[in-house]
Amino acid sequence: MTQAQQTAVKHDAIYSVNQFNLWYGQDHALKDVTFDIPQNQVTAIIGPSGCGKSTFIKSLNRMVEMVPGIKMAGSINYKNKNIFDPKYQVEELRTDVGMVFQKPNPFPKSIYENIVYGPKIHGIKDKQTLDNIVEKSLKSAALWDEVKDRLHENAFGLSGGQQQRLCIARSLAIEPDVILMDEPTSALDPISTLKIEELVQSLKEDYSIVIVTHNMQQAARISDKTAFFLNGEVIEYDDTNQLFSNPSDQRTEDYITGRFG
Amino acid sequence: MSSIDKQLIQRKMGKRTFQNKLLKAIFFMCIIFSILVLGALIIRVVSQGITHLDWNFLTSFASRFPEEAGFKAAVVGSLWLMVIVAPVSVFLGVGTAIYLEEYAKDNRFTRFIQMNISNLAGVPSVVFGLLGLTFFVRLMEMGRSIMAGGLTLSLLILPIIVVAAQEAIRSVPNDQYEASFAMGASKWQTIRRIVLPSAIPGILTGSILALSRAIGETAPLLMIGALTFIAYLPENVWDGFTVMPIQIFNWTGRPQEEFHFVAASGIMILLFLLIIMNSVAIYIRNKFSKRY
Repeated sequence: MTQAQQTAVKHDAIYSVNQFNLWYGQDHALKDVTFDIPQNQVTAIIGPSGCGKSTFIKSLNRMVEMVPGIKMAGSINYKNKNIFDPKYQVEELRTDVGMVFQKPNPFPKSIYENIVYGPKIHGIKDKQTLDNIVEKSLKSAALWDEVKDRLHENAFGLSGGQQQRLCIARSLAIEPDVILMDEPTSALDPISTLKIEELVQSLKEDYSIVIVTHNMQQAARISDKTAFFLNGEVIEYDDTNQLFSNPSDQRTEDYITGRFG
Repeated sequence: MSSIDKQLIQRKMGKRTFQNKLLKAIFFMCIIFSILVLGALIIRVVSQGITHLDWNFLTSFASRFPEEAGFKAAVVGSLWLMVIVAPVSVFLGVGTAIYLEEYAKDNRFTRFIQMNISNLAGVPSVVFGLLGLTFFVRLMEMGRSIMAGGLTLSLLILPIIVVAAQEAIRSVPNDQYEASFAMGASKWQTIRRIVLPSAIPGILTGSILALSRAIGETAPLLMIGALTFIAYLPENVWDGFTVMPIQIFNWTGRPQEEFHFVAASGIMILLFLLIIMNSVAIYIRNKFSKRY
C-alpha cells in the first residue's frame, strides 16, 4: 500500500449525512444537509448565528432530541449505521461520540470525579484502571501538569480555560472515536483559546473532530475541512484551504470576507 | 428647550422621599406586629409551663391529677408516627417529583396531575382526616392505629414534599444534564449521579419542613380517632396512640386550671422540637446548597 493510499483509507468518512432535514415546530432549521465527515480530521462548521450549525452538531449525537417538538427526516450514518435506527441505542452512540459544549460545564465534583464519571457509568470500578484513565485523559487534554497535585479539589476552582480542558478530558475518558465541539472557545480568553486550538491539533491523531465555530480565523487555523452553513443549508463544503482561498460560492466569499455575519 | 423641568423635580423631591420613609415605616410595623404576637405567645407559654416542666413530665403517662400528668405517651406516639410518615411521604413525594420532572411527557394528563398536586396542598387537613377514616381505618381495616394515622399524615404532607422536590430538581442547570447525557449516561444514571446529589439539600429541607407540619397536625388525627388518654406505650404500628398536639388539646379543654399549665409545658416541648427541626432544615440548606 502506498503512502497516498494509506492516507486515503485513514480519511474514510466516519459520518455520512444524507438529505438530513430538521424542524423545530414550523421552523425548518436544517435543509437537505448532505456531506461526509472524514475520519481523523478536523471538520469545522462555520456560519452566522442561527444558521443551524449548533443544531447540526447536536444532531450528530442526537442531543438535539432534548428539545421538545422537533421533527427529522433523512439519515445520518455513523460508521455505516443509521443513528436514528430504533435498534441503535442512543447511549451506545454517545459512548462513541463525545461532546464538548460552548460553556464549560464540569460537574460540581472533584477533578478526579469529573473524569471518572463516564467510565463509572459504563461500569468500570477498578481503582487502578480509573487512576490510569484520569492521568491519561488529563495528559491528552494538556491539563495534567496544572492539576496533578489537586485532583481531589472541586472542579469549580479551576479557571474557565482549565474547566473547558477538563470537559475535553472528561469526554476523552470514555475513549470515543469522535469529539464534537460546539463553539468550545467562545467563552474563553485568547490564551485559553490558543491552548484549546493546539489541543485540537494534537487530538486529531486519535480522534475525528467536528468543531462549530463563530470564528473564521479559528476554522482556517485548525481545520482540514470546512462546511459553510447559511439559513440551514450547506452552501459550501470543501478543504479548508480551498474554501478560504478560493470559495466557489459568492455567499461563502461574502461571509469569509466579512461582508455579513 | 429641555423636556426635563429641573424645578419641578426639586419641588417633588420632598414628597418622594417622605413617601419612601412612610412606606418603610409601615412595612416595619408589619413585621413588628407578628414578632410581638409570637413573643407574647412564647412568654405566656413559658411562664405558665416552666413550673411544670421537669424530667417527670417527660417520663410519666397522662393522669387525672395535674401534678402527676406526663407527656410520655404523646412524645413516643409522635415519634412512632414519624417512623411511618417520614419514609412513606418522602419516598412517594420524591418518586412523584422525579417522575413528573424527568420522565413525564408534557401533555394534558401531566398538567392535570400537576394542577391537582398544587390544589391538594390547599385542601384543609380535616378533609384528609376524613379520607383516612374512610379509607385506612374502615375500608382497609387498620383501625385507629399508628399505621392509619401515619398514612393519613403522609398523604397530607405529600403535596408539600412533591412541590419542594420538584423545585429542587428543576434548579439543576440544563448543562449538567447535557454533560451527562453526552457521555452516554442513561436517564436514571443522570438522575442518580447528577440530579439527586444537587437536589438533595432542597429535597431534605422541604421534607423536614413538611414533617414538622405533620408533627403539629391535630385535626386529621382527631378525625381518625387517635386516643387522648392512654397509659401505655404503643408496641407496634397497629397499636392505638396519641400525639403531642392531641394531648395538649385535651389538657387545655379541661376545667381545672392546673391542666392549662400542664398543657403549656407540652407546648414548650412541641415548640422546642419544631425549632430543632427547622434549624436542621436551615442548616442543611446553607451547608449543602450547590452554587453553579
